[in-house]
Amino acid sequence: MTPTAPLICMQDVDKFFGDFQALKKINLKIGKGERIVVCGPSGSGKSTMIRCLNRLEEHSSGHIFIDGSELTDKVKDIDAVRREVGMVFQSFNLFPHMTIAKNLMIAQQLVRKTPKAEAREIAIRYLERVKIPEQADKFPIQLSGGQQQRVAIARALCMQPEVMLFDEPTSALDPEMINEVLDVMIDLANDGMTMIVVTHEMGFARSVADRVIFMDEGEIVEEAPPASFFDNPVHERTKAFLSQILAH
Amino acid sequence: MSFDVGLIIESLPMMLSGIGITLKLLVVSAVLGLLLAIVLLLMRISGKWYLNWPAQAYIYVFRGTPILVQIFIVYYGFPQFEFIRDSILWPILREPTGCAIVALSLNTGAYVSEILRGGVKGVSKGLLEAGSALGMSARQKFIYITTPIAVRLALPAYSNDVVSLLKSTALASTITIADMTGIARTIVAETYAPYEIFISMAMIYIAFTWVLQRTFGVIERYLGRYTKREA
Repeated sequence: MTPTAPLICMQDVDKFFGDFQALKKINLKIGKGERIVVCGPSGSGKSTMIRCLNRLEEHSSGHIFIDGSELTDKVKDIDAVRREVGMVFQSFNLFPHMTIAKNLMIAQQLVRKTPKAEAREIAIRYLERVKIPEQADKFPIQLSGGQQQRVAIARALCMQPEVMLFDEPTSALDPEMINEVLDVMIDLANDGMTMIVVTHEMGFARSVADRVIFMDEGEIVEEAPPASFFDNPVHERTKAFLSQILAH
Repeated sequence: MSFDVGLIIESLPMMLSGIGITLKLLVVSAVLGLLLAIVLLLMRISGKWYLNWPAQAYIYVFRGTPILVQIFIVYYGFPQFEFIRDSILWPILREPTGCAIVALSLNTGAYVSEILRGGVKGVSKGLLEAGSALGMSARQKFIYITTPIAVRLALPAYSNDVVSLLKSTALASTITIADMTGIARTIVAETYAPYEIFISMAMIYIAFTWVLQRTFGVIERYLGRYTKREA
């Protein structure tokens, strides 16, 4: 796929936490509809990188453009970007005091000013999409981890984002629940959603990603389509990483 | 020694006549104290030193001094200042009940603001990030995410504070107020039967505390309904 103008563009992005440099000169372009998988050892900066894309972390220098407009510290820019970018977290982060339906409705009502009835309609539609409409009036704690994560995906989708960020969406799940979440993500990918997924699910990377990015120590070390990434990695660090996670 | 049950039965209705004053001290101080606590809390978490610092100093002073001393300062001390006598607060501070309510509110406000702050700090950062990622403003996050969760987290400690406020109202009797304790002291002075009178008074406070705790228990269960797997 050769996108015309990239939807996301990171130019020389640095990020410091105090003296520690979490991101080093990150350059990345992502086109509309692309599916990117980001992997790497823990502490390599992969989460930090995607968290910069919706300003949960503030980049220290460099430029980030989302859909043509630059992400600066102006509240207006941040709001505009967050409307375009949905995010799914490792620990689901559903609002525990709201029912499932309310979790999906609240931001629609507050941010998009969608009337309540319409917001609920949209909520139910997305719950159907992640195959749990019958849970609408339960509280998050009454759902399994896999169900909660599917709700979290539906919640982000309700805002009709252009891009979805996934920050290790299956890492907190029991093994038997991982597939139900990956299935929803694959379904989303087939629908043409632009996705950036931080994950160690290499099967998912191989079958869904257009490009796999390997990060280590705050840098993008290697970037390649999954076939060449897994079968012919160029860099030693990539080879070492792959041999560790694919060893058994 | 003798134990005069008849005296208890006789004096109970008299002491109960003070329940109205006790209730008034409790409810008005609790409400004013809560409002003050919210203001102090917002100052504390504003992130602005010129708001945070005075609130912290206030809390430090009021938690660091005995409530009885605070009542005495308001009752005996304030009227000595002409600007207070000339102020619009004078009609309140002229009355012992007003003084007691002011002192109790100022005191409980300091404690409750710290209780609320504990609740606010207990709200997981991830939930606020989720709110941000969905485009919610800082204000919306505070109202719809932080507040309801913080209230639930703070409630058990808050209910303790209300119970302790109830017992602090008894100190109002030291500045001539005829609350339950004040009436009990008068009866003791007349009958020389401190044992019977104070024991029956203690029973009234226990009953009162029981009602408060049950009430808070119901609220806690309601607010906590989403923390249990079984609905």
